[in-house]
Amino acid sequence: MARIDLIGLRHSYLPNPTTDADYALKKVDLVWDDGGAYALLGPSGCGKTTLLNIISGLLAPSEGSILFDGVEVKDKSPEERQIAQVFQFPVVYDTMTVYDNLAFPLRNRGVPEKQVDARVRAIADMTDLTDMLKNKAAGLTADGKQKISLGRGLVREDVNVVMFDEPLTVIDPHLKWKLRSKLKELHQRIGTTMIYVTHDQTEALTFANKVVVIHEGWVVQQGTPVELFERPRHTFVGHFIGSPGMNLMPCELANGGARVSGHHIDIGRSISEPKAGAKLELGVRPEFVTFVEPGSANSLPADVVSVSDTGRNSIVETEFAGHKVRALVPEGMPVPEGRTSICFDPTYTQIYADGWIVE
Amino acid sequence: MSARTTNQKAWFLVAPVVVLVAFNAIIPLMTVVNYSVQETFGDNLFFFEGMKWFEEVLSSDRFHDSLLRQLQFTFIILAIEVPLGVAIALAMPPKGFWSSACLVLMAMPLLIPWNVVGAMWNIFALPDIGLLGKTLNTMGFDYNFTRQPVAAWVTLIAMDVWHWTSLVVLLSYAGLSAIPNDYYQAARIDGASSWAVFRYIQLPKLKRVLTIAVLLRFMDSFNIYTEPFVLTGGGPGNSTTLLSLDLVKIALGQFDLGPAAAMSLIYFLIILLFSWIFYTVMTRGEDN
Repeated sequence: MARIDLIGLRHSYLPNPTTDADYALKKVDLVWDDGGAYALLGPSGCGKTTLLNIISGLLAPSEGSILFDGVEVKDKSPEERQIAQVFQFPVVYDTMTVYDNLAFPLRNRGVPEKQVDARVRAIADMTDLTDMLKNKAAGLTADGKQKISLGRGLVREDVNVVMFDEPLTVIDPHLKWKLRSKLKELHQRIGTTMIYVTHDQTEALTFANKVVVIHEGWVVQQGTPVELFERPRHTFVGHFIGSPGMNLMPCELANGGARVSGHHIDIGRSISEPKAGAKLELGVRPEFVTFVEPGSANSLPADVVSVSDTGRNSIVETEFAGHKVRALVPEGMPVPEGRTSICFDPTYTQIYADGWIVE
Repeated sequence: MSARTTNQKAWFLVAPVVVLVAFNAIIPLMTVVNYSVQETFGDNLFFFEGMKWFEEVLSSDRFHDSLLRQLQFTFIILAIEVPLGVAIALAMPPKGFWSSACLVLMAMPLLIPWNVVGAMWNIFALPDIGLLGKTLNTMGFDYNFTRQPVAAWVTLIAMDVWHWTSLVVLLSYAGLSAIPNDYYQAARIDGASSWAVFRYIQLPKLKRVLTIAVLLRFMDSFNIYTEPFVLTGGGPGNSTTLLSLDLVKIALGQFDLGPAAAMSLIYFLIILLFSWIFYTVMTRGEDN
């Protein structure tokens, strides 16, 4: 087990990178505590798998350092780093039994057979593979195979970190939920540092204590699910996390609040002066947009454009001064029609300059 | 209502294939079957002889000897070409310019007509003027494939290995390229040695293509005719007279149609039997 420090990591797949655009991973500075459950979240091609492979040692970074418990591991091989990794597609050794698959990482390291047996049985028990130990791995279903991969990742007791690279991609939806809770449970039982890469916000938010959001090679925010929800530090986090994403509209700052197309919007606090000439935007999540009586304090005139029902909520799309603003109305609450008034909760209304939050 | 609707028109669609197969396989084969049970005389006179030719062929030393030589040849070249082909495929660069270059080089021997291969090796190995033969003799080896049975065998096997190992290489290379990179990365993380990677990842993933490779090489080498015919003509003596060479001698040299036909059928059944055995053994224990 280990605490992981990533310092000034940059990576480019090109031989002579010059501009930022040449880098797949632009600049990563992160500290991960021992025993935490972290998720790397971002769309396909944002650099999250690159980051994962750098940590596991399958890829050497162009610049920067990786410390495990304060020790530089940049030049160490995956074996020396004592990490385990579970891949997107299940990797099983077809000709071996489930038992031998689980024992493989231990036997390769010369662990005595008695210990191997105890450990394999313990892991099989945790991953519900006990009944299949004697079966050939080739005959299993996709989720069974992925459980073996998972088990192989967890079977060694000396691992510093277990990494998951979109491990639920090939799993049927109704089993995804089961495996996800299994993973969470395993993390609580084993207590190893775990890093989970995904582009699925539900997976990231349910698995991790802390989520790292990556966008075009930048780490745009690291925080708890609540922080990501309530205070997105970047407009990308705002619209990538949440369904639907954050409402964003161009604004300017005036009279201690924001101004959108001539309407004053209270943000309930004073913020620092953004860089001159920066593109300013106001962001508020649909959850914090409410319908109010016309004429009440901070109300803004809006027209309801459409309503879509998602079951637990209705997503009401309105037009406010030429901007599309979506509001989330819980089930059972009245959904307004036509001309109405909306209000943004000042606490959760954020101002962004060039995409980054202004505090 | 469960009305039986049998549409007999489908037969018209199958008919062309039936005619084609009849003319290129069934009728010629039946002609052979016909010859194999008859004694042939001039003026197209035929007498039914039953199983006589089969008994004669099966009990003749000449047939036993050629069959033994044939089996020996086939198993030697399989034992060399399959492991060698896999080894070469493993050693080839996985991608980039050099992988294409290797593939083109590997494909070359396969593109050369078989009788040209025989002629090339014949000249190459001639002891007085051939590059190989002359070099060996200059180095002090007494090598003459036209007079020494062992030298003839070595040359014959070298020629076949040169000609056909590429097929195994190409098949194995294709099989290796189909292994996802995740497997290698997982193996590195699991701390697997390169032998374990070969044994538990590469070899199992190559099993299917190797089954094809072994079957193809078995059938082709068991049928081999052109190259040994051009290289040694079955000699010296009868030392490299393989089954096909012997068959042609009986059928066309001596014009013994009955025994030749019986031998053809036995030959065919042997290939069928061995192919079945190989296939069964190599695909044993696979999933449905």
